Amino acid sequence: MLRRAIVFVAVLAGLVALWEGFKAAAEAVDLTWPFVVDDRTLPHVHDIVGALFEPSRTNGPLLIDVLGEQALFTAKEAAVGFTLGASVGFVIAVVLVHSNLLQRGFLPYIVASQTVPILAVAPMVVVWLGGRGLPGWFSVSVIAAYLTFFPVTINALRGLQSADPRALELMHSYAAGRWAVLWKLRVPAAMPFLFAAFKISATASVVGAIIGELPASIQDGLGGAILNFNQYYASAPTRLWATNLVAAFLGVCFFLAVLAGERLVVRRAPEHVA
Amino acid sequence: MNENRIVVELRDVTKEFGRGGVTALRGIGLQVGAGEFVTLIGPSGCGKSTLLRVIGDLIEPTAGEVVVNGKSAHQARRERDYGIVFQDAVLYDWRTVAKNIALPLEMLGWDRRRRSERVRRMLELVELTGFEDHHPWQLSGGMQQRVSIARALAFDPPLLLMDEPFGALDEMTRERLNMELLRIWEASGSTVVFVTHSISEAVFLSTRVVVMSPRPGRITGVVDIDLPQPRVAETREQPRFFELVTAVRDRLRAGGAEAGEASEQELIAVEEGL
Repeated sequence: MLRRAIVFVAVLAGLVALWEGFKAAAEAVDLTWPFVVDDRTLPHVHDIVGALFEPSRTNGPLLIDVLGEQALFTAKEAAVGFTLGASVGFVIAVVLVHSNLLQRGFLPYIVASQTVPILAVAPMVVVWLGGRGLPGWFSVSVIAAYLTFFPVTINALRGLQSADPRALELMHSYAAGRWAVLWKLRVPAAMPFLFAAFKISATASVVGAIIGELPASIQDGLGGAILNFNQYYASAPTRLWATNLVAAFLGVCFFLAVLAGERLVVRRAPEHVA
Repeated sequence: MNENRIVVELRDVTKEFGRGGVTALRGIGLQVGAGEFVTLIGPSGCGKSTLLRVIGDLIEPTAGEVVVNGKSAHQARRERDYGIVFQDAVLYDWRTVAKNIALPLEMLGWDRRRRSERVRRMLELVELTGFEDHHPWQLSGGMQQRVSIARALAFDPPLLLMDEPFGALDEMTRERLNMELLRIWEASGSTVVFVTHSISEAVFLSTRVVVMSPRPGRITGVVDIDLPQPRVAETREQPRFFELVTAVRDRLRAGGAEAGEASEQELIAVEEGL
């Protein structure tokens, strides 16, 4: 545990050093390519962190408090979107694993759904779901779910098919029905695959929520903050960087939550022992 | 138990794979009586594993009839007449030893208390008491196979089908498990159909050895093993044991010569099992 903490701090320090070192070196030689390095294009790390602890407006709350609340709002959208997307993705995989015909028929469209840029889909979702008595943020969750379900479907499908053929014969010899085979064999066998997908989806759901806030014109989340600080980048670049920092932190939190879930659920041989 | 009762009856069973493809089994006729220990032996490709799967209704024969306990093989499987052991233990990694053994009992809808009582008894039978909370990957190959045997026997199936269950184990472990299997067979009074390519294992374990030949897979001889019961370690040193080993080997050779197809290499492979 201690070693891990040391490694974590060391890597963080290394990254900061790299950032500041590049900045110092580039400014010293007046670097113009690929971009001019100055405090606007590449602010000091301590200025970015410092911006978090300055008032967000005159006599207002600190920026970190504002961003914290916005992060929580986005987290809610992303969490609902992740749950929705993962569930839908899992159910699709369960249906497809039981029918080769459906799998061959539908898989191309499921793949195609992900080649449509999310920015093109998002406004439609907002239009479809807007004004139905649903809270505005729910549209954002649906957009996040759209990004989330795909890795889950693909990995769950693979995982559900990963069961040992002889284990299937064994279940067959017990006259096990599809339901029993699914829950006692296929799903447990799919768990490592599912969690690999959840890790991708968890971070994708945060990205989806942030992007989804833009066409939904939702100001309460990190997407709104990014849009806002983008406009004032010339005068206060550190605020956009600080917001990015918070967004990245949120994504890492989602990832860690999935990792914790995996530790609880998946118990099997460590690869090097098996 | 009525000793004359027929447990398995095969009438003119043929199995072809693919459209007009390989004939895995041709014209197989065989009767196995209650309490018998019948071993199928032959070189690779002789269809012994296929025949075992046909008996267990895991593969459907192309032609012919399979009657198990007076029912169709399909009906027998529905009524859970089979306990199956494969060459690999095929344990579920995510389940403990106890829960692996309890798997078929869950299928039968036994309540928790009845399950744990039976699991305790099975662990005693295969001498793994104290390992109930271990996971499969924490056990040696021999121990894993004992768990797999305990799982197969847990629900008292009238017919035990074993497909080279000790094939992946070292010679010492194999001989010890041979003794254990005989002890379990005597204690449970079940009928066993066993597949192996080891002549000595076949002679040591069986009441009858069925010799098979490849292309097409067929029965080329049956050797009654009249060694006294119970079999003990010294059984392997009796002159009669060697006579029977020779008899089985001669049948195998005859089958190969008669077919004129079985390669010398395959015969050598069979004999190396000794």
